[in-house]
This record gives sequence, C-alpha cells and structure tokens, in this order.
Amino acid sequence: MNDSALTIISRVEGDATIVSPAGDIDLNGAPAFKSQLRTIQSALKPGGRLVIDLSAVPYMDSSGLATMIESMQAARRQSFKLILCGLTPRVRAIFEIAKLHTVFTIKGTLAEALAA
Amino acid sequence: MSAEQPHVRLEILSNPLLNCGAREMVASMSRRMGFAEDAACQIALAVDEALCNIERHGYDRQTDRPIWLSLHAIGGLAQNGTSSSPTEGLKIVIEDEAQQIDPNLIKSRPLDEIRPGGLGVHIIREVMDEVIYEQRPNSGMRLTMIKMRNPQPKKDNGAPP
Repeated sequence: MNDSALTIISRVEGDATIVSPAGDIDLNGAPAFKSQLRTIQSALKPGGRLVIDLSAVPYMDSSGLATMIESMQAARRQSFKLILCGLTPRVRAIFEIAKLHTVFTIKGTLAEALAA
Repeated sequence: MSAEQPHVRLEILSNPLLNCGAREMVASMSRRMGFAEDAACQIALAVDEALCNIERHGYDRQTDRPIWLSLHAIGGLAQNGTSSSPTEGLKIVIEDEAQQIDPNLIKSRPLDEIRPGGLGVHIIREVMDEVIYEQRPNSGMRLTMIKMRNPQPKKDNGAPP
C-alpha cells in the first residue's frame, strides 16, 4: 500500500499527453489531481490523446471516479481522446461496481494505450 | 454509540487525510476475520465512501468534527492460536454528530447518468449485504453496514415489498 501523498507526473509522447498519478486518488488527493488534470486538458488540441496511467494508483474511491468522469466530459467537449490504462485489480473493481468500466476506453498497459 | 460492545471502536476527526488509516484498518481486520481479499477491499471501500459522505455532506467539509467507527465480528473472533475463523460476518456502525436528514432521502442515483458525484451511496449498497441509515436519538446520523462471509440474497433496505 502506498500511503504517501498523491504525486502527478505528466509528459508528452508524440500526440499523446501521458499523466501518471502515484498514490491514492481519494477524497484527500482527488482535488489536487482534478486541478492538475484541468490545467493539462486546457492545453490539449482537438484530435489529441490524453492517457492516464493508473498503474501506480493502489486505491481510488468515488472522488477519483468523479475526476475521471469530469475528464471524460472534457474529452467530449474538446474532442480529444481519453484512454485509461494500468488499472490495478482494486481500482478496476470500483469502475466495475459503478458500471463505468464499459464507458471508458481502458487498456491493460501504457504501451497498449499509446498504440490505441 | 451503539449499546452492544464492539470488538473495535475508533474515533477519528472528519479530515479526509485520516480516511486511509480507517479503511486500511478495516481491510486488514476483515482479512484476519476470514474475508477474501476482494471482499476485504469492498468493505474498506464502503467505509471510505461512508466517511467521505459524512465529511462532504454531513459536516460540510469541516475537518474537526467527530466520527465514531465500530466493528462487530458476527459469530465472534478466533481464539489465539487457531487458524479457522468463527466470524460469520462483519457489522460496521458509523456515527456522527452531523445535521440529521431523513434516511429515506439517502438514495443511489441512476448509473445511466454519467456524471460526477452521487456514486458513494450506490457503491456502499452494492458492496455490502445490508445497509441501514437512521437518525441517532439526540443528534447526528448512524449508518449500519453488514457484510457476511457467505452472503444470502440481499435484504431490501427499506424499499416497498
């Protein structure tokens, strides 16, 4: 279990902006993550891709889900493609409980997400 | 607090920073009581969502208000040195001093509405076998959640027959 504060790293690879949070995305960490995502999303161009790599996120609650849904809504408004990848079993479970696993584009690995 | 003696009683402040400790304690104890890993994670998630709802809505994000968490091992706990667990289920009671609301107003929202927010109650009801919201006698709310190791079909939580 990673009990440290949530850290967020982003980088650009080709037409994809990759965001890699590390730590729990819960009620404590979600506001900062949401704020950084909004900043990153505001710079995305139509047709671009935003890949959120969740492989270093051991835990997510409904605050994190809400952040992902906001990002999906931004993707629709701004016409960029949102891809999630690297979900741990515990994080994937909450997407399934909320019936959101079929709503998002979810890939197993970052490589698969970048190839999508 | 509830009348019967819990196996664990924890008081925390309504600060989201503290939720991780509560949920991991619950997950860890659930595993020791014999719950499978996925069930232990579900119980921890339900506790976390309940705490979040109290902090966001009940206490309107005040971070210095009390929340009481009690764990009751249904069927009892294993004796020292035994490997099998007699625990049939886990009852979790979460109480606060937040503003009282009509328990009938605490409902899940339709999941076909893809929008942020309002998922906490759905998650709690989805992963726990029994969920009861009620007003405490003098102030605040009480949430009682039960998860059985070998669950029966879910009880209806207040909906008409």
